[in-house]
Amino acid sequence: MDLTCLFRPSSMAVIGVSTTHDHHPANVIYNKNHLRYPVQTFAVNPKGGRLNREPVYGSVGQIDTPVDLAVIAVRSRFVPDVVAQCIEKGVKGAVIISGGFAETGDKDLQKEVTDLAAQADFPFVGPNCLGIYSPDAVDTFFLPGERIIHPKKGNIGFVSQSGGVLVDQMVKFAGQGIGVSAAVSIGNKACIRETHMIDWFEQDLGTRVIAFYIEGFECREGREFIKRAHTCTKPIVVLKAGKTARGIAAASSHTASVAGDYRVFSEIMAQHCVAEADTEYELTSFCEALSCYPKGSSGHIGIVSLSGGHGVVAADACGHHGLDIPEIAEQTADAIHSRLSPEIQAIASLKNPLDLTGSCVDDDILTAVRHLSRDPHIDCILALLLPYSPGISADIGAKLSQVARNEGKPLIAYVPKEDKYKIIIEGFELNRIPVASSVEGAVLMAKALKRCHPC
Amino acid sequence: MLTPRITQILASARSAGWVLEPLAKEILADRKLAVPNSVLTDSKETATKFLAECAGPVVLKAVSPLIVHKTEHRAVVTHVQDPDTLASQMARLLSLKGCDQVLVEEMVSGIEVLVGAKNDLQFGPVVVLGLGGTSVEIYNDTAIRLAPVTPSDVTSMVKALKAGPILEGFRGKPGVNMAALTRMLVDFSHLVMDLEPFFESIDLNPVMCDSDRCVVADARIILLPER
Repeated sequence: MDLTCLFRPSSMAVIGVSTTHDHHPANVIYNKNHLRYPVQTFAVNPKGGRLNREPVYGSVGQIDTPVDLAVIAVRSRFVPDVVAQCIEKGVKGAVIISGGFAETGDKDLQKEVTDLAAQADFPFVGPNCLGIYSPDAVDTFFLPGERIIHPKKGNIGFVSQSGGVLVDQMVKFAGQGIGVSAAVSIGNKACIRETHMIDWFEQDLGTRVIAFYIEGFECREGREFIKRAHTCTKPIVVLKAGKTARGIAAASSHTASVAGDYRVFSEIMAQHCVAEADTEYELTSFCEALSCYPKGSSGHIGIVSLSGGHGVVAADACGHHGLDIPEIAEQTADAIHSRLSPEIQAIASLKNPLDLTGSCVDDDILTAVRHLSRDPHIDCILALLLPYSPGISADIGAKLSQVARNEGKPLIAYVPKEDKYKIIIEGFELNRIPVASSVEGAVLMAKALKRCHPC
Repeated sequence: MLTPRITQILASARSAGWVLEPLAKEILADRKLAVPNSVLTDSKETATKFLAECAGPVVLKAVSPLIVHKTEHRAVVTHVQDPDTLASQMARLLSLKGCDQVLVEEMVSGIEVLVGAKNDLQFGPVVVLGLGGTSVEIYNDTAIRLAPVTPSDVTSMVKALKAGPILEGFRGKPGVNMAALTRMLVDFSHLVMDLEPFFESIDLNPVMCDSDRCVVADARIILLPER
């Protein structure tokens, strides 16, 4: 199934615009794409007329140029006819915004649309969804552009069963400086489902991590998802809602009573190396870490800090999240010690977590990270940087990134998220080293690498 | 692939909704899962003869389509060593509701392990490993994997259990035979894939594991409700 027509359309028809009601979802979609996206946009309503001095076509068939994408926002009972018209016109795919299908109990109407589309090999997203936000290409969300917070263009493909959660997560991504390659609300997923989205994002060169918000799967759909996820070459992150145990009706066996829905979900995701995030915050951290380090790690963490306190806080968080802080090899400690600045040689603590003290300079940190990277007991390094320390220069981000790239072990940095430290943060991020804005966030990034470690 | 005999057992159990222990064990034995030597009988003579042939004590279990949870009905008698006890307990069990025959089995010992399966709505068959016995729900120390499982899945299941060290051997006590446990879980997981259209959940509880072998001491297959 080629979904280029949905994610990078050259032309789109917005079906169901109103000539009298400016806030109609179809009008919002028409306006934002017409005015701000590189897609030729046509408005459609059987009544015809004009909208913002542009023609309104009576049907999609009246548009005399090819149409890649139809956004359908008409009442549910008209959807089958509109889909049939789109197929007849040769439209390549659709986003069906309209609600009033399986989610309200009308499974027959949904089946009618699904069968019609399946016969014609006509892909569609929805119904009952926000559809697709594909930066610099198309945006079918019926939320006014001035209200929504868009993350920048980036490398996370995000798929959600809930439109509301999708928009909320976009705000969080934007807040953490994470960009999306596309965000998709799949609604009732009558045609395009999670497995199709893995197919699309896996071949999409702009996507590095595929993230899902999942409420539940239909009968046996979870097995299909896992089969597909297992062969996917890109990291997959999931956030599950609906975790509380639903009553297991009169469980007649021990097994049935201990293997509740969520435990089954969670343990199977882990079995197949899908990284399950426990919270929205974790989802954000996981996406950022895995977009830099898709191969994961076993969770043996080396910590470098400029303050004993930060090291202890990080070590506690590692313990809480099931990460190991192994002792480092004697030769590692010796190698670091012999190269440290004379001022800190006597006061630095070279047991994991390493405390280089507030008197250290850039080179001490580079030395510590370089040799920790070479320690066989360590497979991921957290560098907790305190930029207010006088020996730290503005170049530490770029310099440390270079060491990490040369040594080849995952490095995760913590730098307080303040404007005055931006040059340090960018020094890391432009070299694709993930930066957390809290110690806990850095630990969660390390946890992501362990959760996604190839089994 | 299920043999005609297994298909027949499943068909005959449909109306009761679950497969009686001797028949469940027949299905397991067909897949090379170890079950205790046993005799199914209503005759004291046959049972006494079986006891005499066994090296150690036997267990008596009432076989009744009306008794799913045997311990709740005192339908299991363990450590039976002498013919008198055997005779009196057999008589008692045969008087329980729906009990026409008694399963007389050699008594096996070891660490009690739960091996289970659930036919999950979203994922299909999954297998479960945990410490067994009647307190499974209390400790809730179990690991779940999508069936079928590989030997490395079994290793990760054991590691995931809080009780993992008990299975691996702890404070000088021997653990279980990991190769036998692994083989059992892998074989069982393939069996449950074949049983997918029929079963709702399966308890092999307890499976008695020692340093030599793993033997299914009790088995219950709950079938999907008839449509």
